[in-house]
Amino acid sequence: MNEVSFVVNGREVSGEVEGRTLLSEFLRENLRLTGTHVGCDTSQCGACVVHVDGNAVKSCTMFALEAEGSNVLTIEGMANEDGSLGVIQQAFQDHHGLQCGFCTPGMVMSASALISENPDPSEMEIRDYLEGNICRCTGYHNIVKAIQAAAEATRTQAA
Amino acid sequence: MYNFDFERPSSLADAIVALAQEDSQALAGGQTLIPTLKNRLANPAKLVSLMAIDDLQGVAVGDGVVCVKAATTHVAAAAGAAGSFPALAELAGNIGDPAVRNRGTVGGSLANNDPSACYPAAALATGATIVTNLREISADEFFTGMFGTALGDGEIITEVRFPVPDAANYQKFEQPASRFALVGVFVARFGDRARVAVTGASEDGVFRWVEAESALFGNFTKASLDGLELSPEGLIGDIHGSAEYRAHLTKIMAGRAVAAC
Repeated sequence: MNEVSFVVNGREVSGEVEGRTLLSEFLRENLRLTGTHVGCDTSQCGACVVHVDGNAVKSCTMFALEAEGSNVLTIEGMANEDGSLGVIQQAFQDHHGLQCGFCTPGMVMSASALISENPDPSEMEIRDYLEGNICRCTGYHNIVKAIQAAAEATRTQAA
Repeated sequence: MYNFDFERPSSLADAIVALAQEDSQALAGGQTLIPTLKNRLANPAKLVSLMAIDDLQGVAVGDGVVCVKAATTHVAAAAGAAGSFPALAELAGNIGDPAVRNRGTVGGSLANNDPSACYPAAALATGATIVTNLREISADEFFTGMFGTALGDGEIITEVRFPVPDAANYQKFEQPASRFALVGVFVARFGDRARVAVTGASEDGVFRWVEAESALFGNFTKASLDGLELSPEGLIGDIHGSAEYRAHLTKIMAGRAVAAC
């Protein structure tokens, strides 16, 4: 077993893990942060996307020990401090950007990374960025609308 | 997944020592290796992550060469090469999806030599030099068949030097589920001479289409390829496309790449 420690959603965490323990597994099983979903476990679906040092990654395709010393942000870190929904989460609710909701944590984390990189993404840019996030309910239209609205709201907030 | 020991050295020297141990394997971005381990298709005693080694990160541009350090992610390579070698930047920026590009590396892609990966086409078409901790290997010598490379046990790619062509373009026909190349063609022109590298098509992995290179010599136009046919013999045929289809696609994508140069 190895000791791993890093920061998750602003909180320092540590634990004993095996070499093969995936970041997604550590987040869900050890830290009980079960908002990060594992849909396919084969790097295809993107339900497990989290940010590591600001970059969106698939937490099912990274070992927990690779996150040593890094700063991890999960869906649990996306709400406002008072517990209300964050801008992107609220936009998903307002625009009906989810049905069953299983893919939503990954969608929100990818959307957040996109908006940081590109504050005013076009519809095509949003669809291209979501290439690695699969949703089997919505047909994506309302997810795209939600991200456009969230980007606009973020720009307004920043202005 | 079978269990293994894990090391994450911060220097190349420590990585070389760790990799000298029996059944040790290097881990770069892991975007291919981790799925492989999950399927129990590999059983290393130890994984040695190369991602915490600063000397293996970054892109340097100069003297007509773009030098990409081995553990540079696709996102970072795309950003670093954008000004000096746009075709390479575009290739790196279209691998997989954004989350994969934030982890996957040039060194990992070349060392794995997946027959449908994008980077091998760029390396072969530009005549890149693959630099390891032991030696320099030309791209023509490096790729030795599907998933095969000239790398020895414990040998680590440290950087890849891509000569910047006078004109270049990469055309990828995507397998839409995996975003790997069903067929991808990288065309690079240096003066009169063109190099044409094809990925995704052959059972031997990436290859140079020498007939196309001859046809383009001194007459670098899409029309120069009109009379050519690539034999489907030895090409990949699977549920995504027959060998004949891939042969056809190779010519189409080569033509598009030349036209876009």
